[in-house]
Amino acid sequence: MARDDYISIRNTSKHFGSVKAVDNISFNIQQGEFFSLLGASGCGKTTLLRMLAGFEQPTLGNIYIDGQPQAGVPPHLRPVNMVFQSYAIFPHLNVHKNIAYGMRKSGLSKAEVDKKVDEMLELIKLPGYGKRGAHQLSGGQRQRIALARALIKQPKVLLLDEPLGALDKKLREQMQLELRALQRDVGITFVFVTHDQEEAMTMSDRIAVMSMGKVLQIDSPTRLYEVPKVKEVADFIGTINFFEGDIKGKEGNATIVATAGLGNVHSTASGDEAPTSGKTTVAIRPEKFNITFQQPNVANNVVEGVLQAAAYLGDRSHYYVKVNGREEPIAVASQNAQRQMQAVEADNQEKVWLTWDEDSVLLLNK
Amino acid sequence: MTDNVSKASDERGAQAPQVVESKHEGHSWTGEAPLFIYAVWYLAFLYIPVLFLPLFSFNDSIYVAFPLKGFTLQWYADMLENPALLQALENSVKVGGAVAIASTFLGIFAAKAMTRYHLPGKGPLTSFIMLPLVVPGIILGIALLVISNTVGVDLSLYTIALAHTLVAVPFAMLVLMSRLEGFDKSLEEASLDLGENAFQTFLRVTLPLAWPGILASVLLTFTISFDEFILAFFLAGNEVTLPIYIWSQLRFPNRLPMVLSLGACILVASFFIVTFSEVIRRRGVGTQSGSAI
Repeated sequence: MARDDYISIRNTSKHFGSVKAVDNISFNIQQGEFFSLLGASGCGKTTLLRMLAGFEQPTLGNIYIDGQPQAGVPPHLRPVNMVFQSYAIFPHLNVHKNIAYGMRKSGLSKAEVDKKVDEMLELIKLPGYGKRGAHQLSGGQRQRIALARALIKQPKVLLLDEPLGALDKKLREQMQLELRALQRDVGITFVFVTHDQEEAMTMSDRIAVMSMGKVLQIDSPTRLYEVPKVKEVADFIGTINFFEGDIKGKEGNATIVATAGLGNVHSTASGDEAPTSGKTTVAIRPEKFNITFQQPNVANNVVEGVLQAAAYLGDRSHYYVKVNGREEPIAVASQNAQRQMQAVEADNQEKVWLTWDEDSVLLLNK
Repeated sequence: MTDNVSKASDERGAQAPQVVESKHEGHSWTGEAPLFIYAVWYLAFLYIPVLFLPLFSFNDSIYVAFPLKGFTLQWYADMLENPALLQALENSVKVGGAVAIASTFLGIFAAKAMTRYHLPGKGPLTSFIMLPLVVPGIILGIALLVISNTVGVDLSLYTIALAHTLVAVPFAMLVLMSRLEGFDKSLEEASLDLGENAFQTFLRVTLPLAWPGILASVLLTFTISFDEFILAFFLAGNEVTLPIYIWSQLRFPNRLPMVLSLGACILVASFFIVTFSEVIRRRGVGTQSGSAI
């Protein structure tokens, strides 16, 4: 039975001098989960990961793994293994010896270890690479070997510190899918640190968005994107347009908000902590807007503007629309579902109309 | 302003291939020639006096002067038949070997502590360890002599070895620190993470990766001890090291050619040791940078 609190981080802080790298964080990670720590550099995600590994000790609080408190337990006695950002492949050992490095105290015979190493090489799709020297490997191969070296130990938790950061884009995308498939295969709990939101969203069951040593929100990728709880999360995950607003009241299901730029906006999106009165921030993602060049026949949630800039990206186009009452143009993304041979010119100040659905309007606390 | 900068960099970009070509053709008079001449003079100044040693060591005359008389190996033969010289050589090798091992052993732990741990007062501590580098040898020699007399230690090869270790440790530490800083700290963390404790990690990761530095340190500290004169002069008992023996022979003019041939031998040996240690060091760096990619 999978435990909900397989990893339990309880009131944990890490101070470096006067800097609070991790500031009183508490949350649980489930058994078998692919969990990501997402945030800009310096947000505390790597420090948290290093506390899980045992390279840093919490200043306050404690971390439990499978019910066992980890304070004071040194790295070599913890049931976790790590894939380092630099991979840390031992340069003086060949691939086989790198993967077998942690098996010395396993009590297995040499033949059994050799067999396990061969199995790991199969798993990471590098069969027959055992005799290769560490310097003969590409970045992607190093990454896989670092993974095999950790997984052969059958850890309770695998920690990954931005392991795909050094790879080029194509390879990175391929490794994301492979890593996700591998995690499902072996069933080990993965804790993955990244600053790349797309990467986190591709792979994770749940993501903790971190900033300034605090956790802002922990949710599934879908909910982080569609129902961000705070402005900072909405801003960090994807692109979003913010509008200052005043809540006017209710009309059926919809909350009416007077905004600068969009007029009176109707919102039926249900946020857990959405405000019901007073000042609010209205947030709408670029792709939630429909852009038309003729005036649409709708009563609510429509605004007229002037096309200021357009960018054709193949699969989609980006438009920047200037509206009255708002300095910044509104970012709009539109899928190019139909073949479109004529580029949209933004030079001639063309009039456009934006429409949007009631349930795609997010209301956030100021 | 910005336009100018970008234009200038464009022009440089356009000219870059020509610069490369001119390098292949040779030294242009405007750029590299003065430097080249300076380098030739510098090397001549540095090495021509030294090269007189082997030259006169083959000269068939007890007087070190031009013109050369004729070719002989007499002085080399004399050298090999001189028991006092061979004894001094043996003493120097013993002391040098002990110093090399002791200072490298101490140096690697100091270097590990300095590069890997958060120590309070690390900066002042490093300076303190490096202090023997700047204290004049003669002062250190007198100080150590006074201490030896006060404590009542008899002067011997041991006192020389201890004094040499004192001045060699900073060198060992510098060499080893640069080596330890040269490889990724996460290699040691990976070993800890994979279940090896600190000591096993030191044996299985740190030592194998640091060995080019260790070898370089052994060779360097041996060389430092081998040609150290002042401390050895103050602290020698009845047994002398080679530099002191050489100094003592300078009083006898007829022994000078033999000293020259000895000097030539030391020169050749040092040349090979330094070249060897440099090759090792570079090979080590090569495998390291390969791993960093």
